[in-house]
Amino acid sequence: MAAAIAMIFFVAPEDADQGLSQKIFYFHVPIALTAYACFGLGAWKALRVLWTRGERYDLESYTAIHQGTIFGALTLITGAIWAKASWGVWWTWSSNQLVLFLVLFLFYCAYFMLRFSVEPGSRRERISAVYALFGVALIPVSFFAIRLANDFIHPTVFTREGPQMTGTMFTAFCVAWGAILLLAYLMYRVELAGKRADQYLRDLREALTA
Amino acid sequence: MIRAEGIEKRFGRKLVLRGISFTLQRGGCLVVTGANGSGKTTLLRLLAGLAVPTRGSLAVAVDRSRVGFLGHEPLLYRELTALENLDLFGRLYRVPERRERAGMLLERFGLWEVRRERVATYSRGMTQRLALCRTLLHEPDLLVLDEPFTALDGDGTALLERELAAVAEERTLVVATHEPRHVDRLATGRLTLAGGVPA
Amino acid sequence: MSGYAGDVVALARKDLRLELRARDTLPAMLLFVLATLVVFHFALPQGSGDVAAYGLLWVAIVFTALLGLARAWVPESAAGALDGLVLATHDRSAIWLAKSLAALAFLGAAEIVALPAFALFFAPLDATAIAGVALASVGICVVGSLASAMAAAGRGREVILPLLVLPLSIPLVVGGVGAGISPEPEKYLLFLGLYDAVFAILSWATFEYVVTE
Repeated sequence: MAAAIAMIFFVAPEDADQGLSQKIFYFHVPIALTAYACFGLGAWKALRVLWTRGERYDLESYTAIHQGTIFGALTLITGAIWAKASWGVWWTWSSNQLVLFLVLFLFYCAYFMLRFSVEPGSRRERISAVYALFGVALIPVSFFAIRLANDFIHPTVFTREGPQMTGTMFTAFCVAWGAILLLAYLMYRVELAGKRADQYLRDLREALTA
Repeated sequence: MIRAEGIEKRFGRKLVLRGISFTLQRGGCLVVTGANGSGKTTLLRLLAGLAVPTRGSLAVAVDRSRVGFLGHEPLLYRELTALENLDLFGRLYRVPERRERAGMLLERFGLWEVRRERVATYSRGMTQRLALCRTLLHEPDLLVLDEPFTALDGDGTALLERELAAVAEERTLVVATHEPRHVDRLATGRLTLAGGVPA
Repeated sequence: MSGYAGDVVALARKDLRLELRARDTLPAMLLFVLATLVVFHFALPQGSGDVAAYGLLWVAIVFTALLGLARAWVPESAAGALDGLVLATHDRSAIWLAKSLAALAFLGAAEIVALPAFALFFAPLDATAIAGVALASVGICVVGSLASAMAAAGRGREVILPLLVLPLSIPLVVGGVGAGISPEPEKYLLFLGLYDAVFAILSWATFEYVVTE
């Protein structure tokens, strides 16, 4: 992580007219991609929940989606910072990626509301899993919808900066992405371990008092 | 017909059943007793296929279409009439000549007169009797009955005892009850639960 | 009619019969959609134009659908009928399909009232707009009946249902509005068809897991 930050600030050439906003790019896009990866992982684990009877998959699916939502929120925040730095506004509807993340963020927040309204048990596991699957189906569908919507909702006022990166920039980008993926993975493992430890403690307490 | 080994059922952190093992032969009758909250209902739902055990193995020799389940709730539509309810379930269970069979059951359980009334207008005893009709509609091989004598008056109880005695010959029964005396004569096995474990 | 189709028909007829008898949901939906359209007249500033009104039509449709969907599983949860259906049906997805068809019938009835009212109050609607409404309604009902079953499994179900349905209905609103006002409505209609296909298949495949343990 530290190496990535170092690379971003010292190695990547400064973009003359963008400055800080270009630096945000190295955070914003990898965070977004990582969020997608987390949601994908959550959906995969959800599929496992439905196929087998494992309670462990439910926990893994939940943790993955939790991470995904956190990174999704970060995407929106870094996206807003980038928009402010690039175009002077905190929000723009013309960034397809940002809008997509807003929709997904709403969707996955509802995941938690749904999950915690149902009593713990196999019913809750299955319902959460089904919802997670709907999430990944929603990602491409929403993406198309948002692109279609641009035709009539808002004219594209701001042109989006494409990643036309030079060699060193690209390396920096990959390093940043790798670092953030690693961070996400670590957070995932930590949270999962924490939850498993909770569970273990509770099982122990039950066994001792039964 | 049923083989259970080390059945365990938990809802999240709550352990409701543990260490349940038994075998029930075809044509037998298992009577499950125990206080309220001892896990009888959960066990019967597992046997009927409405829930899956968290741990352990449960093997039921018949497909769920051959199982008749009577739960705590009557499993009916309150705003439909008796006939409409039985017609719907008869259709879903693919009962041959379902109208005739429904009529026969309604008559046997004394509901013929009210067959065109909505279930919402029935007394508890009548609802229970209709629920029994629904349970027996498709001539199931395995009957799983959770407190079937609830809300039945003297006539209803006698009627049900006769019915159970009649089907007990060819069919397998699992009955959870507070008052085992009604089914004592039929019982081939007993299981008493206390706090989710066999007592 | 036999087999799966027969099950679906029997179950859907049951829902229609229940509604005809109780007459609580459908009149509420009709009144709601009309009242909402009237509110929109006052909510739109002068000179907003037909296009803005058309967008609001979709808001009205989605929220009317939510009203109907919130009550979709109520007959099943009283007296445990849902367990009865789960035990009795060969393929549980028939339960979902029947419920979606019934929900679509109710929403369709509300739209038969709403669309002429909209044309009267605001702006005329052409064939592609109506096709858009039809396709999007299928999508809402298909996804909404599954979401309603999920919400019904927990507490606070009336509150949870809109949270589940609204993000999923965003693509439908895009498709529907586009079909109405865009110069190339075909691609929006195609998109709606795609949404319907994808989510119908997904709902059909996963419904079993939502109603069993």
